[in-house]
Formats: sequence, C-alpha cells, structure tokens
Amino acid sequence: MISVSALNTLKFDQALCTGCGICVDVCPHGVFALNRRVIHVVRADACMECGACQVNCPFGAIQVDSGVGCAAAMIRAALIRKNQVTCS
Amino acid sequence: MAEAAESIVRPTTSTLTWADRWDHFLARWAVNRRGHRVAPGLYALGNPTADSPVFVTANYTLSFDALRSALTGMDGYILALDTQGINVWCAAGKGTFGTDELVRRIEATGLKNVVRHRTLILPQLGAPGVAAHQVRKQSGFKVEYGPVRAADLPAYLKTHEATPAMRRVRFTLRDRLVLIPVEVVVALLPTLIAAVIGFFVGGLVTAAAIIAAILAGVALFPILLPWLPTHAFSTKGFILGGIVALPFALTVFLGNPNTALWLRVVGALTYLLALPPVTAFLALNFTGSTTFTSRTGVRREMFAYIPVMAWTFGIGIVLAIAHASIRILGGA
Repeated sequence: MISVSALNTLKFDQALCTGCGICVDVCPHGVFALNRRVIHVVRADACMECGACQVNCPFGAIQVDSGVGCAAAMIRAALIRKNQVTCS
Repeated sequence: MAEAAESIVRPTTSTLTWADRWDHFLARWAVNRRGHRVAPGLYALGNPTADSPVFVTANYTLSFDALRSALTGMDGYILALDTQGINVWCAAGKGTFGTDELVRRIEATGLKNVVRHRTLILPQLGAPGVAAHQVRKQSGFKVEYGPVRAADLPAYLKTHEATPAMRRVRFTLRDRLVLIPVEVVVALLPTLIAAVIGFFVGGLVTAAAIIAAILAGVALFPILLPWLPTHAFSTKGFILGGIVALPFALTVFLGNPNTALWLRVVGALTYLLALPPVTAFLALNFTGSTTFTSRTGVRREMFAYIPVMAWTFGIGIVLAIAHASIRILGGA
C-alpha cells in the first residue's frame, strides 16, 4: 500500500489491482483513471475520503480512512473522547 | 430464506404535486427534519413489466422525488431503502444506505418474483455504503452505479455508461444556496440569545454586529465560498468575519468623538477580535455540508485554527466586558 497524497489517507496497491474499473465509477472526484487496463491515481489530492472505492474494490487494492468529516461531529467526539463519530 | 416474501408493490408517479413541493420547502427550512420520509419498499412507476429497470434510492422525500421526477415517461421499479429519512450520500456514509439494508430489502419485497432480470441501478453516491460485489454474492443482483444526479438518468439509460461529468459531484452556487435556510434556522435561537445579551452589554450596534457576524457565517459564507481567498475554511471565515466586523468597529471608533481615544480603540478592537472567530467557526462547520472536504483535512484544520478562534474570541469578550464596565462605572 502506497500513500498517494499528503492531504488525505488514500493508499493504493497496484499489485492487487486487476483493472476492473469500479473505483473509476464510484469516485465522485475523478481520483482514478483506467488506462490500458491499469488503474492510475490521477487526482490524488482531490480525494475526500468518502470510502466508496475501498468498499467497492473486490481485491482490497485501496485503503482509506473514511468517516464523517463534519467538524461539529468531530468536536463532539473529541469532547466525549470517542473515536467513532456520526452526524446528528 | 426459504419462502419468498409476498411482493407488495406500491404505485407512484413521476409527477410532483404541490403537496410534494411544500414538503420539499419544509425540508429545506429544517421543519421536522427527520420526518420527510416515504415508506421503505418497492414502488411501481408507470406500468412496469418483469423486464423493467429497478432503481434504488433512500426513503427521504427529496431523494425519492428527485429520482421519480427524473424518470418522467418511463416505466420502472423504485426500491426505497430505509435510511430513516436521510439522503443517499449521508446515509451511505453512515451505512444505512448499505449492503445489508439493500440485501434485506430485496428479500423483504420479493423483488426476485417481480422482475426477471438481476440488475439494480444505484445512485453513484450510494457507493460508500454498498459493496457491489457483496450484494451480488448475497442476493444475486448485479449493482450498476448510475450517475451522481438523478437528472442525468435519462441520458445515462441510453447507453448505461456514465460520462466523466455525470460521475463528478459539484458544488454550484445553486447547490450552496439551497443549504442556507437550514443553516439560518439552526442558528436562529443562539443568535437571538447572543443578540439580546449583546444589546444589554453594548446596545443596538453590538446586537446588530452579533447578528451580522453569524449571518456572515451561515449565509454569506456558503455563497462566497469559492471566491474567498485562502484554502482553509477557517481562514476564509476569518477574512469574511473581519470584513463584516469592520463597519461596526468603525462606527464605534468614529461615532463617539467625545470619548477618550484609547476607549474608542478598545471599543473597536472588541468587535475586530470577538466577531471574526464566530464567523470562522461557522465557516469551519460548513465543511460538513460541502461535497469535497476530507476528514483528514477538516481534522487538521480544527487542530490548527480552533485554538486561534478560542483565543481571539476570549480576548475580545474580556475586552468587551472591560469596556462596558468602564463605560458604566465612568458614566461615559
């Protein structure tokens, strides 16, 4: 697993990738592109960590710490010292 | 499950009534936020046959209605998952629009007895909650991710291929504008309380300044988001809050020429210190409503800027109390 951006937690392992292209379909920010049956990370910094690619990759080639990204929920979680947060 | 559930298919149309539009209006104004639901289950749009497509959505009226109104003139089935009245993307993030609920709902509605094919068309933004390969393994249905926006469905259905533009989320001015009423309504009560306190401490200008700072955060900020300089939401908020606080600071500084200069400077500083962090905090909170901020980014920003906000706000409030005390005690 190789980190692809300093701005987020997205990691991609080309060795596990079969080039099925599901990540290209589910990513809402065009992070992945399929070129000659090989997946390339083309917009790594645009990843918003929604987790759609990791959840849908059947080969475990993608990892990302996804979760609720709203500040209010994270402040609440920090105050009650819990790691898992949800929106209200 | 050994026996197939009896299929209950409710009828629906692609026509939005005035009652639907009123419901959407109320949802946008945060009236009964969790109450905008349709019953989970299977719906028949038009006169579908066993070969008609099946579209999956959330049981939030805005999601359900966006889907059915986009399918005008078409026959098909709509499978509404129980997301407890939450939209597709947010519900997918929580997992309620998810693999388990989808598989359960396919069984519960007896979908296998209703259609001959084994394909479901899901909104792309449902993907964070749904593992397409797991759905296939567990239910036999193949998941096909349609476009982000229901409005693109008619174009998508011609080829079952989404263009890159259909696959991208946007955050247009219109997208941002529709969010403002909820933000304003949620902020209403705290704003009123703060304004009343401000009125008794500093008078009408203070009350107006507090209202302006909060409105800047919840209404002006979403509108101006792409045009405010800097990258971080907090710094964008500080800049906007500073601009909004400036006229009030100038009013205090220039409006009381008979007051001692240092007292006028302190008076102006209270506005410039206490208000921008309020706007900045609300701006930081807006990250939760955007379509592009990452958890890592927001967390980093919180650690970097919330202490700055707390300090400037704290110093501003201390100055405001000192300023009010001096004015009252000094009779100025």
